[in-house]
Amino acid sequence: MTQGANLKLKTAPGVLSAAAPPADAPSISDQSLQEATTVGLTVKKQRSLWGNAWRQFRRHKLAMAGLALFIFMLLATFVGSPLYPQEIDAIDFSVSGSGISAAHPMGADSLGRDILARILWGGRISLGVGIVAALVAILLGTAIGAVAGFFGGVADSILMRLTDLFISLPQVPLLLVISFLYRDAFFRFFQDRTGSGVVGIFVLIVMVIGVLSWMPTSRLVRASFLSTKEKEFVEAAEAIGATRSSRIFRHILPNVMSPIIVAATLGVGAAIITESALSFLGLGFPSDVPTWGSMLLEAKDRVEFAPHEALFPGMMIFLTVLSINYIGDGLRDALDPRKTQ
Amino acid sequence: MGRFLIRRAIVSVITLIAISMVVYGILAIAPGDPLSGFATNPNVPPELRQRIRASMGLDDPIPVQYLKWAGAYLQGDWQQSFTAKIPVRDYVMSRLPTTLKISGSAFVLSVLIAVPVGVISAIKQYSLFDQVSTTFAFIGFSLPTFFTGILFILLFTVQLGWLDFVYDSQVTGFWPQVKQSIMPVAVLGLAGAAQLTRFVRASMLETINQDYVRTARAKGLREKSVVVLHAMRNALIPVVTVLALQVPELFGGAIITEQIFRVPGIGRALIDGIYSKDVPVVMAITFGIAILVVVFNVIADILYAVLDPRIRYA
Repeated sequence: MTQGANLKLKTAPGVLSAAAPPADAPSISDQSLQEATTVGLTVKKQRSLWGNAWRQFRRHKLAMAGLALFIFMLLATFVGSPLYPQEIDAIDFSVSGSGISAAHPMGADSLGRDILARILWGGRISLGVGIVAALVAILLGTAIGAVAGFFGGVADSILMRLTDLFISLPQVPLLLVISFLYRDAFFRFFQDRTGSGVVGIFVLIVMVIGVLSWMPTSRLVRASFLSTKEKEFVEAAEAIGATRSSRIFRHILPNVMSPIIVAATLGVGAAIITESALSFLGLGFPSDVPTWGSMLLEAKDRVEFAPHEALFPGMMIFLTVLSINYIGDGLRDALDPRKTQ
Repeated sequence: MGRFLIRRAIVSVITLIAISMVVYGILAIAPGDPLSGFATNPNVPPELRQRIRASMGLDDPIPVQYLKWAGAYLQGDWQQSFTAKIPVRDYVMSRLPTTLKISGSAFVLSVLIAVPVGVISAIKQYSLFDQVSTTFAFIGFSLPTFFTGILFILLFTVQLGWLDFVYDSQVTGFWPQVKQSIMPVAVLGLAGAAQLTRFVRASMLETINQDYVRTARAKGLREKSVVVLHAMRNALIPVVTVLALQVPELFGGAIITEQIFRVPGIGRALIDGIYSKDVPVVMAITFGIAILVVVFNVIADILYAVLDPRIRYA
């Protein structure tokens, strides 16, 4: 009851229904009370838009936990993997399928390779694919949505029909078919030019995931552009002679960034699951490249004798995606102006 | 409504034609000439190979090949499967019932979980029940089905020994069939329920604060009839549309569960087809799913108009 009363005191009327969970209420009110008492005495530092969002975000405990976990995953895989002394492909049949031990903290797989080393190494691929594929999707979606929404007319109807077409494509089968048919070609092409065929597979998978998942962003950005370009401040910018590109990039785009950022965050998690699913079906990276999905594939038929081989990579996928989803949830609340106090 | 439907149907047909061109194009320009995958099969004698090439029109330019393929597809001729050696149509039809059984049950399971849980969550927002169910939903859609499947096998097959994880289509009798379907249905159904619960909860939260719900309460209706008759009925309108849109995704989701539990369904046929470069099978299934997506998009639009009298298509 007291918590409810606190909440009512501190939030604006319109925010009530969407207020933060009551668990946060005491800290909110304490802080605001302090501010309320000191406001007359000290000059308050001006709050920036992003500073505000960060203050909101910090209140979302699970999102902060997610952010900490995600940063830990990034450090462990990108910094930890080169530092970790074990090799990813050192075969040692004497420890084949053995569980957790001092020498192998996550046990060893069927060939006696160190699972932790493979998880750290493969994590860079899983995280890298997730982040880059989400970026590709967001850039494509934002560009297409922005052009359609800003220019309207013929450009709009062509681009929206294109979006409709891509939404109707049978995504999962196409993803599987394209990666299967084109991976050898990409592998050879990049092996000849860069010396590493794996880069080619990376490019292929990132492109396929990105090209098959930009559509929701493009619809979202178009809708935001349509409503924002009619606002008075854009009209004012036009009146003082702002060029078209300055109106798009400096006036409209910053105002439609919030949903794009949320979509991008959630897109990283979705792309990590997609890449892992591809690898799990044996249609992703070549079998000598460990990724979390392909480690699960190898462990699948051995769960009876060596459950740790499946549990560790599976937990990595789960924890990473969970942390990203909580970050996205926190960002959604933090960037929503209706919830800002 | 009539004019809308006609326009919608025309757009759908154009979309399908465009999709079939994209899919055919991806296969036709792929390196290694997968359309003539049988050419590498040593069991096919050279003269027969020439005949097949000619009959499939593989020596024609790609647009002509496409037209021939599309014409045959429309007439129900889906060609022979390269590996199963039977018409693709029979092959796909023999796999379809299994997928429909498993994916259909999973769909029903996800609705049966998501609707009550989502509605109760919304009515008792921030209660313990809401917090627990929201957390579970979050966990549910962060767990990929290929990992849940392995966890289920680990728990129910390896640890408890209750269920066998290999699906056997020859099994007869009601109970054995149900028993072997439990894990694939549960994995697919729970994943679907996690997504749907959040949607039902959000939709219900929006409805529950509407004026007409307050009016229903104010005129002294019992809470049960306010929730069920006034709020829930309206909250479920967008849910039904989303459900219609999810039907084609069932086949996509089935690919992974069928692979884990070795269910001989459509998803398994697609994966096997891809591995053995059995292009007619891959084409038939991919394009079949495309048709479902387009058709269920139209169904979702119609349902929306039928269920919500405020929506009128001009």
